[in-house]
Amino acid sequence: MRILLVEDDPVLADGLRAGLALAGLTVDAVTSCADAQAALAVSRFDAVVLDLMLPDGSGLDVLAALRARQDATPVLLLTALDETPDRIRGLDAGADDYLGKPFDLDELAARLRVLLRRGSGRASPLLTHGDLALDPAMLSVTLNNSPVAVSRREFAVLSMLMERPGVIRSKGELEERLYGWQEEVESNTVEVYVHNLRAKLGRQVIETVRGLGYRLRVPA
Amino acid sequence: MSSLRRRLFLILMAATGLIWLCAVAWISFGSRHELEHVLDTRLQEAARMVHSLVMTGERREGAEAPALAGTPSPLSGGYERQLSCQIWSFDGRLLARSSGAPDAVLADESEGFSDREVGGENWRVYTIVDPEKDVRVAVGDRIGLRDKLVRDLVAGLAAPALLAMPLLGLLIWWSLGRGLRPLNRAAEEIAAREGEDMRPVPPDGAPSEIQPLIAALNGLFAKVQAARTHERDVTAFAAHELRTPLAGLKTQAQVALAAGETQMRENALRQIIASVDRTTRLVRQLLALARLDAGAAGQGAEMELGALIRDIADTVPHPPGVVTVVDSDLAHSRRLIDRDTLWLVLRNLQENAVQNMTEGMIHWRLEGADRLVIEDEGPGIPAEELSLVRQRFYRGRKAAGSGSGLGLAIAEAALARIGARLAMANRTERSGLRAVVEFGPGPN
Repeated sequence: MRILLVEDDPVLADGLRAGLALAGLTVDAVTSCADAQAALAVSRFDAVVLDLMLPDGSGLDVLAALRARQDATPVLLLTALDETPDRIRGLDAGADDYLGKPFDLDELAARLRVLLRRGSGRASPLLTHGDLALDPAMLSVTLNNSPVAVSRREFAVLSMLMERPGVIRSKGELEERLYGWQEEVESNTVEVYVHNLRAKLGRQVIETVRGLGYRLRVPA
Repeated sequence: MSSLRRRLFLILMAATGLIWLCAVAWISFGSRHELEHVLDTRLQEAARMVHSLVMTGERREGAEAPALAGTPSPLSGGYERQLSCQIWSFDGRLLARSSGAPDAVLADESEGFSDREVGGENWRVYTIVDPEKDVRVAVGDRIGLRDKLVRDLVAGLAAPALLAMPLLGLLIWWSLGRGLRPLNRAAEEIAAREGEDMRPVPPDGAPSEIQPLIAALNGLFAKVQAARTHERDVTAFAAHELRTPLAGLKTQAQVALAAGETQMRENALRQIIASVDRTTRLVRQLLALARLDAGAAGQGAEMELGALIRDIADTVPHPPGVVTVVDSDLAHSRRLIDRDTLWLVLRNLQENAVQNMTEGMIHWRLEGADRLVIEDEGPGIPAEELSLVRQRFYRGRKAAGSGSGLGLAIAEAALARIGARLAMANRTERSGLRAVVEFGPGPN
């Protein structure tokens, strides 16, 4: 899952990048409204974590611009202004959730998972497909109820494929999900992760669509 | 408590009383004068009448002077028999007298009007001396009686006035109550307000005399409201500025706990230390600002600017490439000023200069007698932000992350407290910021 973090405090931004990565999320961090607008214009994110008081304006302006473009990307407001009227204003401006500073890292991760789940229209917190079950909260995978150990990035690839079984995901889409801007994308890594997943879950689980990408095989 | 109504009442009553008293005095003086004139004319006429009745040589040689008529009733309740008449011969015999007239001599030698005391009473007498008829005619009346006349006249005028006084007082008291009612209404409206209600008092309907008071009140309300809003804004900013580093600290601590890799944990711990340092500085500045907002300047003490600046330059942490130069003439500049406040100003200016530089020179010098100048070689401040940098929590768009956005606000608040001003501009001859502290023309 790829998250855009808009936060001008360097320590908090650094902590969130590290902390959310531990929760299996890929974080791109920007520090101003202008940078946030630019990032949202060129890339797709699964969710946005938005601070309200930014050096060049209010995060509410970013939110308003996003919603004006009919962009439904889930937005979680993360701010020190957490009086009730502030929360109401934020939610009415189109935010999906609101968390006041200081907050608990695990709670932020959980709320982000909720936003992602709602975004994909699932009711259950677990992603399931045939015998395969995936728990985003625990970053755990089970096959026939027995746990399978996967790395963080293998988990990310699998969860992206499982969100929409049968839909083809290109290598580029998968790479974008795997790596933030700051990370160097190594060539062939997606292939390596798919190869590892097939070795752990069985060859039939992930199907290669030549020239287009990968998809989860839908049982006949 | 002084009541406006009571005060007005007393003033009005006193003024009314004084005017009445003056009127009474004037009337009594005027009537007395008029009365004297009328009575004197009557005396004169009576004397002439008696004199014309006395025939030449018709003088009874009797020893006993005959009474003309009636019985004497001096100073009886009425005014009858006011006049007394005596006719004397030149050789000192009393030829005739009226019934109320005294036996003693009314007239002296001189002709015309005279005031005399006869038998313990004051008399006004008109005398006609006629050597041809050999008589001296004296007609007089008692001055006491005249006084009584005037008194009765004045009493007749004053009695109704005295009776009317309480009635007038009542009327004035009631009118004042009515007249002051708008004031009471305004007072009641303000008194009935909630403590938080800072809406302006509607001036319509209030009389023009209390309009300035209402305008002043509304001005005060507006000021209090503005101060409150400002305070609320600052509190909200302060909350933001404190909560954000706290959130960062907590997040980094949680990362450190959850991190599997040593490098990740160490990075998180380093971030925590940096954040604690920054937060410490922020708290120190917030406290300084709160103190500045709260109190007045302390006692001034004479001190040397140069030594103070060198002391600050040594204590403010700076990159090794940054050099601070303090002009030597600052060593001779002594000012009578609150040291703590000035220290706060100069330290924040020095910190502001250091923050934006990695290397270069910070130059403190004196311009004229009252201008202390600090120039740095940093990037300066974009022209469109120059007017904003003194706002609390304002950080430049391109500023490095370590500033709290409070330093210049603190410097300005502190300077205002010691009656000085801060002027800031970008240097023109090279990049850099030039800040000028303009001391007021205080005792040097």
